[in-house]
Amino acid sequence: MPSPTYTLIASNTLSSSAASVTFSSIPNTFTDLVLKGSSRSAGGNQAFAILLRFNSDSATNYSDTTIEGSGSAASSYRESNSVYGYITNGNVGSSATANTFSNWELYLPNYTVNSNKPFADFSVTETNATAAKMSADAGLWRNTATISSIVLTDNGGNFVSGSSFFLYGIRATA
Amino acid sequence: MTETLTKVVVDCSTGTQEVVPLTAAEIAELEAAADKAEADRKAAEEEAAAKEAARKAILDKLGLTAEEAAVLLG
Repeated sequence: MPSPTYTLIASNTLSSSAASVTFSSIPNTFTDLVLKGSSRSAGGNQAFAILLRFNSDSATNYSDTTIEGSGSAASSYRESNSVYGYITNGNVGSSATANTFSNWELYLPNYTVNSNKPFADFSVTETNATAAKMSADAGLWRNTATISSIVLTDNGGNFVSGSSFFLYGIRATA
Repeated sequence: MTETLTKVVVDCSTGTQEVVPLTAAEIAELEAAADKAEADRKAAEEEAAAKEAARKAILDKLGLTAEEAAVLLG
């Protein structure tokens, strides 16, 4: 159960499809950030990644190590100089069971400190089929700035209506 | 009719939310990212298929089934 220091900063549930969702002007008064979501892509595969950008940085400052399992196969891969971070299976696509959504959580510790920013996320596709996937990403944004905005982009085209996003702040207790 | 791609911007300081059409540059960037993802997905599928074919070739050479090999490996 979240402690009383776990505070909802902002949220959005899409009332129509959108290619990306941005949380801007994030307050710098917390210790860590947690972003939780339930989302689905209009794209035609089983699952798509959610692409991450912090402070609109489009340079090759992101690295990401991923493990992924489907119940019948497992794989791992890495990108060292990417222009995005990844929530690897953040979006089920239209090939998955209708009206199901992926569920995921992105954790950003110490987002205001003057050092590079690690992040971690975990995602699962929700589908009543045999090819459900789960994945975990260990990422790094090589930038020392305080994170003041997060952009989440569907790599399959559009987040569908009903996709929801919740940004929380966690304040360290004394 | 061509669909207009949009982004939703949530301002955490005010709580306001705005729907903004993507620029041509943003759309081009999204298309490039989607193309890269598709290429990566196909490459991963091909790598997995090649590994499976190599595994099967070794088993055939040894005269073992996949189940027998699994028993041997414990």
